[in-house]
Amino acid sequence: MADLTWRSAPRSRLTAASPPRSPKWRLLPSAIVLGVVALVVLVVPLFAELNEQYVDLAIANQPPSTAHLFGTDELGRDVLLRCVYALRVSLTVGVVAAVISAVAGTAVGALAGSIGGWFDRILMRVVDAIASVPHLLLGIVIVAILRPSLSAVIISIALTHWLTAARIVRSEVLSLRTRPFIDAAIAGGASRTQVLTRHLLPNVAPQVLLATTLMVPHAVWHETALSFLGLGLPPHAASIGNMINDAQRSLLIGGWWMSLAPGLLLIITTLAVSGLSGVWRDRLNPKRRTELTW
Amino acid sequence: MLTGLGITAGYQAPVITDVSLTVHPGQTVGLAGPSGSGKSTLARVLALLHKPFAGTVEIDGETVTGFRFRAAQRTRIGVLFQQPRLSVDPRFTLRQAIAEPGGDRVGELADLVMLTDDLLGRRPHEVSDGQLQRACLARALALNPRYLICDEMTTMLDASTTAALVGVIRAYQRESGAGVLAISHDTTLLTRWADETVRLSAPLPR
Repeated sequence: MADLTWRSAPRSRLTAASPPRSPKWRLLPSAIVLGVVALVVLVVPLFAELNEQYVDLAIANQPPSTAHLFGTDELGRDVLLRCVYALRVSLTVGVVAAVISAVAGTAVGALAGSIGGWFDRILMRVVDAIASVPHLLLGIVIVAILRPSLSAVIISIALTHWLTAARIVRSEVLSLRTRPFIDAAIAGGASRTQVLTRHLLPNVAPQVLLATTLMVPHAVWHETALSFLGLGLPPHAASIGNMINDAQRSLLIGGWWMSLAPGLLLIITTLAVSGLSGVWRDRLNPKRRTELTW
Repeated sequence: MLTGLGITAGYQAPVITDVSLTVHPGQTVGLAGPSGSGKSTLARVLALLHKPFAGTVEIDGETVTGFRFRAAQRTRIGVLFQQPRLSVDPRFTLRQAIAEPGGDRVGELADLVMLTDDLLGRRPHEVSDGQLQRACLARALALNPRYLICDEMTTMLDASTTAALVGVIRAYQRESGAGVLAISHDTTLLTRWADETVRLSAPLPR
């Protein structure tokens, strides 16, 4: 009789189960980055002697040094100082436009999905009609009507970007409203508003949050496009969009730092916003919430 | 008396055609039939959750004129669904689920269905199907319904939980005189539980 020996197979790196990474790893860096950004953009403008529009052609196009940590631009303006002011403007545009578009989109999507029928069909055809026009073109028209300004840029971006949120929320609501727990709520006497506020909206919140997060960098990009076309902020005003746009010219003469600094700041801030919203999304998910021990 | 008269209902096409069924107060009517025969569709119509293509539903002699949100009489009918896991909002604790219809009798109802205080603080994914179905039964009884529709409520449960839930429903029925429509594939269960059993035939091939 042959000997049967059992030997455990070595666990390869691919099959070995790794312990789940604590959400603190996402929360802490994101919170620190956003905390520092918030502190800097709020505190620095309090110092009146720091003028981000101060032009000094004698020190134009200087690479990063101890005097100017992020270098200077083609007009001799300090890139770091302009980045601070630019983040203030761009985050205002990004966050406010994203929140307005998410609220408007959620309202339209939730109403269309929960009421259904003709109301839903008409509302979604309106959404399709607006979506059929290129949103940059529509944004340009809106800014042209309102006259270029920061608030016009925000309104233009918000009014042209609620459609995605509306479609996401509508499709989620359509899926949720056929679930037995909605039937159970109706059988228990819940009104349409109660079903919407107690069940439908809280259950679509994670998707709305994700859409809002993705909207922030997109809104910043949109502000760039409008500024590039002369319909956003005036060229001397610092915004991430304006800075990256201006830096394109300097890239040809080797001025890499002028686009690197605002570009990196935009990426890092976006990742921090995304990380924070990911943690929040996990907290909204009842199954994940149980697994989280903090 | 909960009555469905000449009910024709379905989704795109009719699933049940010209079906009539009556549940008297205090009576338990069993409803059996093969899969796809329209048991759940009929249950949804009688629970005022689904508008039929044709036919009328009467509750204690009152003809129902609206369904779902428009049904003024919907709280007179309690419903227990087949899959408890899908019939409770995943964000709710069992306590919130039982309290949802608006009653302040969570403790009393939890005692009735034998749910401990510890379980009431848990969410659906943290309890078993049996425990969750107990919470669903408590929720269905929260408004003291005149009629209770149990749509294959025992499908996901073991024999002991089934016996416990049926016991609770019988006790409620004795106390309140409620009528019960019990839908099941389990003919043994219906033979023991129901006063009479109606069988829906298999749908005709289209």
